[in-house]
Amino acid sequence: MRIHLEYFAQLRELAGQKLQIVETTHETVGPLYDELRETYGFPFSPERLRVAINGDFAPWTQPLREGDLVVFIPPVTGG
Amino acid sequence: MASEPVSIETLRAALHLAQAGGFCSFEGWVRNTNEGRPVDGLDYEAYDALATKEGERILDEAMARYDISHAVAMHRTGSLNVGDVAVWIGVSAPHRDAAFRACRYIIDEIKHRVPVWKNERYLDGDTQWVACHHTHRPHEHEHDHGSCNHNH
Repeated sequence: MRIHLEYFAQLRELAGQKLQIVETTHETVGPLYDELRETYGFPFSPERLRVAINGDFAPWTQPLREGDLVVFIPPVTGG
Repeated sequence: MASEPVSIETLRAALHLAQAGGFCSFEGWVRNTNEGRPVDGLDYEAYDALATKEGERILDEAMARYDISHAVAMHRTGSLNVGDVAVWIGVSAPHRDAAFRACRYIIDEIKHRVPVWKNERYLDGDTQWVACHHTHRPHEHEHDHGSCNHNH
C-alpha cells in the first residue's frame, strides 16, 4: 500500500524532504519507522516519538491503510 | 498558532468577562542565551493542524479542571528575535487561585504535548534543533508520552 509521510523539524532536514510517498507492506508504523530511521539516520528511538495518523495522535499499533498520512513527532520543544 | 505577531490587547479582550474577577497571563519570550550559548533568535516550526487541535484540548481540560471563566493561548511560528513573544497564555476566573493554577497547567501542557519545535540561531552563526525541555509539572497528570519527560 501507499503511505504518505510528512516530516517536521530535524526529521525533515535529515530526510531532505517535507513530503514523501512510500510503498510498504508493513502493517503498522513501527517497522516502517525502523526502516526510515535506517535510511535517513534519524536519531530518535521509537520510544521518544509519538505518531500521528491522518491528523491526530494514534497508537503505534494502529493498522496502516492505503493512503494514510503518517507523521512521526519528535520530542516537542515549544513554549 | 500564529505565523505573525498577534495583538496582546486583542487576546486579553476576549478574557474580560463580567463574571471574571481578574485574569492572569504568562508570556514566553525569546531569551538571549540557552545553556550558556549566546542566542541571536529562533525559528519555530509546527505541525499546525495538530498543534491547534491539541492546544484546544488543553484549553478544554483547563476549563474542566479549574473554576475559570475563559482561557486563551497563542503560540508563534516562524522566525523570532530576542525579546519577541513566543507564547501567550491568558486565563480569567471569578477568583485568582484558579486563574494562576490554570495558567500554569496550560503552559506546562503546551510544552509537553503541542507539536512545535524550536531551532535556535546562535550568535556564532550556528543553528541547532533544541533537543529537549526540562520542564517541571507540579500537578498530577494522566499523560505520560515518554517523549521528553525528565520529571519522574
